[in-house]
Amino acid sequence: MSTKVVIKQSTYFDSVSLMSLSTKANQIEGVEQAVIAMGTDMNKEVLKNVGLLTPELEAAKTSDLMIVVKAATDELCESALIAIEELFKKKGGSKSATEIKYSTIDSAAASIPEANLAVISVNGAFAAREARKALENDLHVMLFSDNVSIEEEIALKQFAHEKGLLMMGPDCGTAIIGNVALCFGNAVRKGNIGIVGASGTGSQEVSVRIHDFGGGITQLIGTGGRDLSEQVGGIMMLDGIKALEEDEATKVIVLISKPPAASVQEKVLAQVKSCKKPVVVYFIGGEETPVLEAGGHFAKTSKEAAIKAVVLAGANEDELNKRALNWPLIEEVRAKLTPEQKYVRGLFCGGTLCDEAMYLAMDKYEDVYSNIQKKADYKLKNIHESKAHTFLDMGDDDFTNGKPHPMIDPSTRIARFLEEAKDPSVGVILMDFILGFGSHEDPVGVMLPAILEAKANAAKEGRHLEILGYVLGTDLDTPNFDEQVKKLMDAGVTIASSSTNAGLLAREFVAKGE
Amino acid sequence: MSKINELFNGKIHAINVGIEFFKDDIIKQNANASHLDWKPPGGGKPELINALDRLENAAVAEKIAAANKLAVERIINSQPMLVGFDQAINVVPGMTKTTILHAGPPITWDKMCGSMKGAVTGAIVFEGLAKDIEEAEQVAASGAITFSPCHEHNCVGSMAGVTSASMFMHVVKNKTYGNVAYTNLSEQMAKILRMGANDESVIARLNWMRDVLGPMLRDAMKIAGEIDLRLMLAQALHMGDECHNRNNAGTSLLIQALTPYILETDFTKEQKREVFDFVASSDYFSGPTWMALCKCALDAAHGIENSTIVTTMARNGVEFGIRVSGMAGNTWFIGPAQKVIGPMFAGYKPEDSGLDIGDSAITETYGIGGFAMAAAPAIVALVGGTVEEAIGFSTTMKEITTAENPNVTIPLLDFQGVATGIDIRQVIQTGILPIINTAIAHKDAGIGMIGAGITYPPMEAFEKALLAVTETISQ
Repeated sequence: MSTKVVIKQSTYFDSVSLMSLSTKANQIEGVEQAVIAMGTDMNKEVLKNVGLLTPELEAAKTSDLMIVVKAATDELCESALIAIEELFKKKGGSKSATEIKYSTIDSAAASIPEANLAVISVNGAFAAREARKALENDLHVMLFSDNVSIEEEIALKQFAHEKGLLMMGPDCGTAIIGNVALCFGNAVRKGNIGIVGASGTGSQEVSVRIHDFGGGITQLIGTGGRDLSEQVGGIMMLDGIKALEEDEATKVIVLISKPPAASVQEKVLAQVKSCKKPVVVYFIGGEETPVLEAGGHFAKTSKEAAIKAVVLAGANEDELNKRALNWPLIEEVRAKLTPEQKYVRGLFCGGTLCDEAMYLAMDKYEDVYSNIQKKADYKLKNIHESKAHTFLDMGDDDFTNGKPHPMIDPSTRIARFLEEAKDPSVGVILMDFILGFGSHEDPVGVMLPAILEAKANAAKEGRHLEILGYVLGTDLDTPNFDEQVKKLMDAGVTIASSSTNAGLLAREFVAKGE
Repeated sequence: MSKINELFNGKIHAINVGIEFFKDDIIKQNANASHLDWKPPGGGKPELINALDRLENAAVAEKIAAANKLAVERIINSQPMLVGFDQAINVVPGMTKTTILHAGPPITWDKMCGSMKGAVTGAIVFEGLAKDIEEAEQVAASGAITFSPCHEHNCVGSMAGVTSASMFMHVVKNKTYGNVAYTNLSEQMAKILRMGANDESVIARLNWMRDVLGPMLRDAMKIAGEIDLRLMLAQALHMGDECHNRNNAGTSLLIQALTPYILETDFTKEQKREVFDFVASSDYFSGPTWMALCKCALDAAHGIENSTIVTTMARNGVEFGIRVSGMAGNTWFIGPAQKVIGPMFAGYKPEDSGLDIGDSAITETYGIGGFAMAAAPAIVALVGGTVEEAIGFSTTMKEITTAENPNVTIPLLDFQGVATGIDIRQVIQTGILPIINTAIAHKDAGIGMIGAGITYPPMEAFEKALLAVTETISQ
């Protein structure tokens, strides 16, 4: 055993720093015992207790720095002393001023006076509380969280309404405010069309189609899916319409929702009637007459809503490429399918995209099943088993309970796709791929291996499997729209140019005997 | 213009709560976003969230806000003055010859940790109630000794906090509100009674403190009259102390103030020399002084109806207890004392450590110590090692406090006041616990201090306090 002592005269370090250095010195390889301390009586006492006090150390003054190392050999002592010298060297280059972290909305709002909006995506059990705090602090709210009770939603929206604030959500994935997409959204051009949407992917689709037709967006206000229910009464859609009416940049307003409660539709249409700006109404599966009576512009599909909006906003309808349905393609696919291949299976990430395709199929067929069907007879009893034409919203709670949304984690959809692909009664499988903020970094890429496998298996069985893909995104989005489309086409997937066309193509591909 | 239209036309600055990449996406679009360091309130426990909700009812919240404002004003406006030194038996309320005060919430002899037992037996020998440590253990167990928390006698005690009749105490009077607080004299560091050591050298030092140091300080203060401690504390912070673990500047200031009066006392030159050598032997001399200052200010804020401000944090080496202003008297809310993590003296390992002990967390309760780490860059090793981390601790504490004390400021933070007035609601809401930097005593009796570091109170104590306060206020 060897002991080495170094005494640095008139060298001061604070005792706590030295304790910390000692602790690190004791962790150096080969060190039996190390002490780094000022030469005070107390420290000499400590050295005595551990049997390291030498006459040299005894003589050290209070102002001297003592370094003592005990190790198995002289060499180890020497190398430890070198390592200890290193410990004294300043690490330097400390990071630049840290961003101040706040833990509560209250403290953040108090410290950041320019804050004007809260984006809340915490677990539903805590979400309403945070939203209330945001509203109390005069912040507008984008409430992404689901599993917020309807009572909480009503209370929050009434509170927001009284304070003149936006309360988007709950369960609201999409908004574009001041050209900034919040949560899930696409990069779309700035323009003069304002959207109030009670459906996330439906609003995304309309904003993307508007961009595709050369138009642009002022604001996209997502109200959350239950806003037009009987209980909530459309509080946010009504406030949204009013705000867009007062917004100078907005020339045309588009409303999007799944079918609203009758009384709420009445209220909304009454507001449409009094609105000084043209309003396009796209209530999926909705009726034309009441909309026209309210002086609104009726749209049966998302594409039609976008076309009407850009035309009302000033585009020349004759110059639009409306991307008409490709009938020769339809004939070609029909010819490839056997008489048994009668059914469409839609596997969707986007709830409204699912809804739109389903309603288009329902226009043509009776036996259209889904986990989100309104008609009880056609609502799937067992969501894990498809029947006839089946359209699945895989982002619905039935599928996401305890799992991430398929826009983020595609595993559930991949498994289901491989199942559907084995079914000889299936003619076409329709899938959406959603690009943009909040989405998977490569939604096509993660699906490709399964697509190739399914195609190969079907070919082995001498059967054509038609896979129809729809990529929701713009040329400004990430990941790159063209690359995603190309990957699909290279894998033999047919591409639809819009949500509407996707629904129409799917239903026409499997039509028989026309 | 309506608020919604203002939003349309303004620049987005979002506060993001939850999924972090939403913030990144917003920033990518050239807007501003601040991500919250958010945890479920009350650790997600429904009864706590329910209690928070009840306290947020507008009428209730208003009552609490008014009470807390008053409590914090009293902490800030308190002007604790050192007015004298005297033996505990002469000044401490309720003190008897067989009373032994201890740190933290109430505890019985059989449950005390090693270092507290060591200190108690040492004190029994010191008081002449037993001839040696062995006999002292029997006396302690016999029921002949009255054990009581320092805090219940207007006192605070470092580490084991053991205070007996003939020990000399600081006497600190609140010039603003009139209340008085007491604390023992520093024995300086390492092998000392309050750390659990009790051999002959420890008793000999206590005897000297009783016979020379204490009387000399008493006589000096009789001449001095009073010393403004708050002013001195503010100066010490500007000189790089946080006044819990680093007391280098404070000790210099205090002895500088006392020296002329010490010189005027009737003690011999040798005795005066002994006293100055003793003060020079460690920088901890003023440590207890600041504790008495903090106790004096916080006691003035205790017992305000509807207040959710913490007025005491203290540990006895087994349990950690807090008191809340709105729960008058000695209502303790308790959870298990935690480990202290930090650098240790040579030859000791973490498994030698006793659990968190002492009334010294009164400094953090007031807003210094761990809360003022940004003032003491020299000892940032205690809180992780970088100045930046020290600043982080001082700013984070603002999340759980009600005000900043304009009388006690931190130069490095642009002279912002120290975070003051811990609100139990904010602790439960944020999940942020008060940070405490403190010494580590050996787990066994008879050894003493073996290191220093940081620790936190158990959340349980704040949870119990919140539930109790909710019942009291809602009634």
